[in-house]
Amino acid sequence: MATSSDLREKLRNKRRALQESLGKVKDDTQALVPYDSDATKESDHTAVEELTSRGDDPGEALRRSLKAQRMKKKKKLVEEMSMEIPPEEEVVKAEVTTVQELQFEQEELSEDTSAEGARSARLQRDLPPLPVLRANSSLSESSMRQRVTEKLIVAKSIASRKMKQEASQEPPSRLQSLRDRELLTRFDREADPDLHEAEPSFAARVKFQDAARRAIRDKRGETGLPTAEEAYNFFTFNFDPEPQERRSKGQTKTRSRRREGEDQEDELDQEEEEEEEETEMEREQEGEEESRDRDEDAPLVRDEEEDLFIIDQSAQDFLEVKKSEYIGYNRRVLREREILFTPSMRAVPASSKLPENVQPRYPEEEGLYVGERPPVTLSNQNILENRILKQDQGKKWFGDDGRIMALPDPIKESSSRPPLYHLEEELDPALQTVYRKALKSKYVNRYIAGVGDTQGDYQLDVDVSGLIFSHHPLFSREHVLGARLAQLYDQYLSRQHKNLTCLLTDKLNGLRNTIRNMLELHSGEGISHVTQHRIAEYKQEVRHTRQLRDSEQEKDRTLLKSIIKVWKELKALREFQGFTNTPYKLYIRKEEVQRALDEREQEAEILAEVAELKAESEEDYERKMSEYRRQLEEWKSWRRKQKALKKKQKKRRQQSQDVNEEEDEGEQSEEELGEEPVKPEAPEKPDIAGLEQQVREKACRIRRKPGEPVLVPELTASSPVTPNEQCPRGEFARREDAAKCSLFIKVLYNDKEVSRTDSRSLNADFRVHFGQIFNLKIVNWPESIKLQIYESVSSFSSLLAEVCVPIPESSVLTGSAPSEELEFSSNQRVTFNHEGVGSDVPFSFAADGSNRQTLLTSGKLSCCVSWAVGDDDVPLAPPSSQSGADMHSGLRQMDAIACIGASGLNDMKRLGKWAAESRLDPNDPNNASIMQLLSVASGGEVAIPDYFRLEQLQEEFNFLSDEELQRSRRFRLLRLRSQEVAEFRHFKTIPATEREISEKVFEDYERRLKEGELVDTKEHIDAHRALVAKYLQKVRESVINRFLIAKHHYILSDLVVEEEVPSIGVLGLNLFKLAEPKRPLKPRRKERKKVTAQNLSDGDIKLLLNIIRGYDIPIRKPHTSKPAAAAKSARSYTETFTATASSQTALQGNDWPLGQPVIRPFVEVTFQRTVLQTSTAEGPNPCWNEELVLPFSAPNGDYSTSNLQAVRDEVFINIFDEVLHEVVEDERERGSTVHTRIERHWLGSIKIPFSTIYLQSRIDGTFKVATPPVLLGYSKEQSLGSEGGYDAIRSLSEGTFLTLFITIEPQLVPGDTIREKFDTQEVERLLLACEIFEKDASQRFPDRPCLTTVVDINGKSVFITRFIRPLAPPKELLDAFPNNLQEATELVARYVSLIPFLPDSVSFAGICDLWSTCDQFLTLLAGDEEEHAVLLCNYFLSMGKKAWLIIGTAIPEGATAYVLTQEQNRYLIWNPSTGQYYGQYDTFCPLQTIGCLVNADNVWFNIQVYAAPMRMSFDVTKPKFWKPFFSRSFPDPGLSSVQPEELVYRRIDKAAAAELQDRIEKVLREKIMEWRPRHPTRWNRYCTATLRQFLPKLELSGGREMAEEHRLELQSLLGDYRISGFPLHLPFSEIRPIIEAVYSTGVHNVETPNVEFALAVYVYPYPSNVLSVWVYIASLVRTR
Amino acid sequence: MTSNNPSVFLVMVNGQIESANFPEYDDLYCKYCFVYGHDWAPTSGLEEGISQITSKGRDSSQRLVWNFPLDITFKSTNPFGWPQIVVSVYGPDAFGNDVVRGYGAVHIPLTPGRHTRTIPMFVPESTSRLQKFTSWLMGRRPEYTDPKVVAQGEGREVTRVRSQGFVTLQFNIVTKDMKKLGYDTTSTEQVSPPQ
Repeated sequence: MATSSDLREKLRNKRRALQESLGKVKDDTQALVPYDSDATKESDHTAVEELTSRGDDPGEALRRSLKAQRMKKKKKLVEEMSMEIPPEEEVVKAEVTTVQELQFEQEELSEDTSAEGARSARLQRDLPPLPVLRANSSLSESSMRQRVTEKLIVAKSIASRKMKQEASQEPPSRLQSLRDRELLTRFDREADPDLHEAEPSFAARVKFQDAARRAIRDKRGETGLPTAEEAYNFFTFNFDPEPQERRSKGQTKTRSRRREGEDQEDELDQEEEEEEEETEMEREQEGEEESRDRDEDAPLVRDEEEDLFIIDQSAQDFLEVKKSEYIGYNRRVLREREILFTPSMRAVPASSKLPENVQPRYPEEEGLYVGERPPVTLSNQNILENRILKQDQGKKWFGDDGRIMALPDPIKESSSRPPLYHLEEELDPALQTVYRKALKSKYVNRYIAGVGDTQGDYQLDVDVSGLIFSHHPLFSREHVLGARLAQLYDQYLSRQHKNLTCLLTDKLNGLRNTIRNMLELHSGEGISHVTQHRIAEYKQEVRHTRQLRDSEQEKDRTLLKSIIKVWKELKALREFQGFTNTPYKLYIRKEEVQRALDEREQEAEILAEVAELKAESEEDYERKMSEYRRQLEEWKSWRRKQKALKKKQKKRRQQSQDVNEEEDEGEQSEEELGEEPVKPEAPEKPDIAGLEQQVREKACRIRRKPGEPVLVPELTASSPVTPNEQCPRGEFARREDAAKCSLFIKVLYNDKEVSRTDSRSLNADFRVHFGQIFNLKIVNWPESIKLQIYESVSSFSSLLAEVCVPIPESSVLTGSAPSEELEFSSNQRVTFNHEGVGSDVPFSFAADGSNRQTLLTSGKLSCCVSWAVGDDDVPLAPPSSQSGADMHSGLRQMDAIACIGASGLNDMKRLGKWAAESRLDPNDPNNASIMQLLSVASGGEVAIPDYFRLEQLQEEFNFLSDEELQRSRRFRLLRLRSQEVAEFRHFKTIPATEREISEKVFEDYERRLKEGELVDTKEHIDAHRALVAKYLQKVRESVINRFLIAKHHYILSDLVVEEEVPSIGVLGLNLFKLAEPKRPLKPRRKERKKVTAQNLSDGDIKLLLNIIRGYDIPIRKPHTSKPAAAAKSARSYTETFTATASSQTALQGNDWPLGQPVIRPFVEVTFQRTVLQTSTAEGPNPCWNEELVLPFSAPNGDYSTSNLQAVRDEVFINIFDEVLHEVVEDERERGSTVHTRIERHWLGSIKIPFSTIYLQSRIDGTFKVATPPVLLGYSKEQSLGSEGGYDAIRSLSEGTFLTLFITIEPQLVPGDTIREKFDTQEVERLLLACEIFEKDASQRFPDRPCLTTVVDINGKSVFITRFIRPLAPPKELLDAFPNNLQEATELVARYVSLIPFLPDSVSFAGICDLWSTCDQFLTLLAGDEEEHAVLLCNYFLSMGKKAWLIIGTAIPEGATAYVLTQEQNRYLIWNPSTGQYYGQYDTFCPLQTIGCLVNADNVWFNIQVYAAPMRMSFDVTKPKFWKPFFSRSFPDPGLSSVQPEELVYRRIDKAAAAELQDRIEKVLREKIMEWRPRHPTRWNRYCTATLRQFLPKLELSGGREMAEEHRLELQSLLGDYRISGFPLHLPFSEIRPIIEAVYSTGVHNVETPNVEFALAVYVYPYPSNVLSVWVYIASLVRTR
Repeated sequence: MTSNNPSVFLVMVNGQIESANFPEYDDLYCKYCFVYGHDWAPTSGLEEGISQITSKGRDSSQRLVWNFPLDITFKSTNPFGWPQIVVSVYGPDAFGNDVVRGYGAVHIPLTPGRHTRTIPMFVPESTSRLQKFTSWLMGRRPEYTDPKVVAQGEGREVTRVRSQGFVTLQFNIVTKDMKKLGYDTTSTEQVSPPQ
């Protein structure tokens, strides 16, 4: 406000000054006033007043006179204006009027539009008038000129006077101009806009007030209507309050919209008010109250007096204190209503939204699809509609249906993504989040890391220094020559700099000296081969160097010549054309040489060369000569041969003259002579004299003549160029063009223009100097930097050429980087009609136009690109490691090795080879870097291997060589342990130091390894067995290793104990259990918790054996010498079961001595050398009911499943008879003391492999005891009368039985069978069917085993029927009983059972049951139930029987395979591993469950209610009972058998058998003696001999109790002895089981002092090395 | 026992199972055992132990404090199979069944001195929700067949665990002859001349 008041003050001063001046000013100036006053507000006011007054006295004439007067005045004024720039205030005003008059339309425009327009008008007013306007005015009003000039001169003087006055005061003009400036600059600033906007207008208004006052003086108020002039003025001077007000209002509005209730607004209001005040002040003076919208026609001034009165008023008169204006609310509302619009929330009637007379139409109703509109609340919608309607053209927003147009709702009802059920486990694999490593985008990569950080400032400096054209279309001919001359001179200089000739000459001399020295050194002695070779090499080198030097010299000379030639041409051209264009001038400096010296040197040189050439040519001649001689020799020898041949022929011919000699001759000569070699030509002797001639000629061609001065050209640019005026027109035009032409260069970074140089004009010498450095701050990786050269002629510019600048290495920094010259060229075709030669246009120098040349625009751009250096000397280059491939382009140029074709630095060898081949001169500075590299490479330090290593630094980290590491015992131990090698698997505490490990540690292991190759025949007796054993061992090992690997695959149950989810059934059972009695009368065994074998240790596992009772144990026989009548009966299947028992009953019934203990049996269990026994019971059917607990320890303390399965220990359950002998030491003591000796007699045994117990987890049942066929001193008890049905059944079978329950405490989880799927060759369909079949079977009858595919020995799945194929048994067996099929059948079964039994589960621990084919089985001679069964089945089939393989479970084997045969009308079940057979209804048949039957065609699964053989039907044709695998729906695809066509048996080797027999006997004897360390072992030779006789008979009888008579015989023979013994029958596999068996009988335990032993061994051989071993062992005690 | 050429080195561990932090459970006890390689053998001390049952204190920290001492000496020839302590924590569930609350293992610190270790504990998860429910109902949560499983890496891939809480242990380690056998466990920076 202060400013405004100041301003006001100033204005008042000014006004006063004006008024003063006005008094002096003549009427001319005063006449101007009305115009001005028109423009002001006041003028408006007055105009209105005038109008009103005019209403009183309007008159046409008056108006017209006024108009004329005005016109006159105006013209006068215009004259003034045109003549002179008006000095300051008044003149300005006048000027403004003229300007505005002339620019009527323009001003009108500005008037009615915006405030800006107004301002511009104001500006215009202040600005000096435009000359154009002046001119125009002068043109229009030229007639008035004369008159006005005078007046103007006067005005001028006045103005100048006034100027002086004003200058002494305060010039308002300055103020104004200041204001204007402010306006300009502050236009768009918002800081204090109202002030600025208000001020000028205010000032202007004040000014116009003055003007108005003056205008009042000028009387023209008489006129009633406004003239055109007036109207025009009104429009022109738009300083009326209306627009101002409007503007300020608008501003207020906008501002208030922006910030509401601000002080500034108030300020503005105040200001406005002040303005109003002022206006009002004046209005008061005028004595009139006016509305704002005044009529334009109103008279401006009422009368003259008023105006004068104003001038006299003081400052106070203008001021009036008034209370601030308050606008009432209602008024304000009313006022606001005009401005503001509040859309109503009421619905808009449809009619207003649609064009008239249009009914809304609904697309839905017409069946068109209309999407659902997004939900908008009705009120909002109404507001929007109302708002839109308010706008013009608002209706276009409404659709046909009268609603606002809207797109359908984009939001879908349901989520478009598939639902994500985040269950804990299976997420749809397709939805699984896959983690991928973040990939660096190609583009991201381009960015330099760390950009944006403070450090990451990278800057490239591109220095474009200049440009030189080597050819340009504007070249004149002289320029062409000049350029060529310059080029040649450059070449000359560079050659001079390199000085190759001199270098080569020196080298040549050096080489010559070396050769000379060497020759001198070795002149005395003979030159060694190496030296000779070296000399030869040097000579070669000399030759090569000389040639090089010659060519260089020639080049030098040619260059010099051509320089001179071009210079001459240039001179000629200058002369020809008569002017000079180029400043080139060539001076040739002659350097005098001493002629004599020179001549001498040259002569010496020539001589040396000649000598060398001579030597060379001689050498060459020698070589050629020797070659010639050799060839000649050859030729001669050939000749000689030829001659000899001919002679021979002749001789022969003479000898056989009679026989067609003619024919022979021709033929032979042609035949034998062959091609005649060409006779070699002797080489010519070299022309020594000619040589010198040649050398001299060459010397004079390429060298300067001796004594000739050395010419040194010097090119200068000192020649004066002919000035333009003296040139012909063509040349002048060319020069003009050249001057017009200018060039600039664009810098493109990564193909983007980043900057360009200034445009520089082309100099006369066609050089352009730019010298500009562009600093590029880069963010992206530099990929390319291009410089584009543009040529611009006048305003048109065209691309001339493009130059790619290599991206600098990060070490290239500004300051140190050299400027590079990059060549460019352009193939644009340019022709001129003046002297310019153009580009790509042929031209000629010669006048006749011959020798035409075509040149292309080309030149050199010198520039430099480098990385900038920061303020602190830090290079602003990105780290080079990151640049990688991007920098490669730059690097490639630097890599010298890449140039020679070797790829990178790693191929040192090739580089070395290349260097050797190309004979790099080590002294050549060009080769320095390569030589250095080579010296490093060949130094041995960096021997690059010719192989690739993934970890090439591995060797650096090896602290030991591999061999040393291998040798280290400790390391070896550690390694073996981690490999889980059996011996070291559980090795504890490997010593810390090497020395503590003895070599012995490895002894066992190494021995075992060695044994792998060696076959120990000693232990295995039979070589074949040994091999088989070895093979088995290997298979076992590999399988175990496989298993050990598999062991490391865990399943959840191995690690986590988790309760099973109780099923409904279990829950029901549990509920049922609640009702059960607490202590049931017949308790059942409960399932125990299973324990995985992982965390067990020694002593944890116990074997529980519950021996319940025995049946049919043989009883003792009283010593009688009565021979019992052997009840021999014709044996047949039908009779065996009944006859034996009856015969025995008959036999022994009468012998039974009453009162004597029949037998006192007890059971002894041996397991892992632990022996436990039950108490002694009495009678043949004892009841022990005792539990024996045997500790179990796994081998090596490893209780893993695999190891447990591999345990090969067996539980021996032996039944002994405890015999008490009274030992009568002394007859006298008989009465008082009783000495008894306890003897135990072995009756029989059962052996159960541990693996069976382990896999079955419990064994429960009645087992047949293996009893020896003959038990001396014992006989079977006959059933004493029929006690019940059970006995009756029992009596049917033979043998002794024992009821047992065996289990392991704690219960171990048997290892899982196969987890992996085996590969197979069966078709997929079959496998699928198998899977379904087995699954179905196991679902319906989980306890019945079902087999369809089995694993063969190669580990492949094979369909089971492929194993069944009729195979003939050995012929010998069939021949044994040619008539009796039954006997033969039995024999075959016996043969099969004699093949040793080896459970798969032992050898192939837990993995699976391997099935081998019959031939494999016979070769291995070992197998378990299924191999036996398959072989037996195949034999039976070949013998014409109906046979099936039974897959079932038996006791004690568990899952097993038996054979079923159909005899006449009954079925027999054969146990293949014992050779025994059972009837279908045999109670003691060990087979408990039958799962399926298999034959060659099909597999039948048992779907009957019962699985026990007794209670089922074997009729496989009945689908009710048996479910076939191949049915009508899935027929047998005709599977071929895996079995061989026939089996090949090895012949019986009786000798080997006999040998084996002896060996076994010997071993056993030794063993028995060994077992009796404290007693002497006597052998009864007689008994042995007798026993030996029995054994073959036993073998013949098949081991049945048929040797009764022999036994009796034996007893009779050895009547004096109490004899107890028995024959043992074993299949032979190894000797160890035999020893075990003998040991387990405990015969050796007899400790009677006078005991004698008898041992007989018999080995009966069957085909294919199947051996039946009989061991007869007996102890004899002399009874008297 | 001052032989210049020792054949074994000794690691003496004493310390305590200080406390546990199981925010949800109370009345817990813990068992510990050591798992070590083939070349290691305990020479004295208890290899296994079971602590008293402890209840949470009334203070804000809600820690279960056992302060159960550990004291064992190992001898070894080979640092391979360095002993680990396996801690398993048990406590009653809502029905009063004793269930496992966490398993955890940590290597005994290698360097001599006093160390504090906090072991995060975890328990195996049930294989299914039904299992989870029934196991909760019957108080038979899934457990490791052998707590030592947590000290070995093998076979862990088949299990699925949930983390439960933390147990803080404190060890004081004394070693003997390790350096003589060429095993330097103290880093060079730490070795400072005793003052």
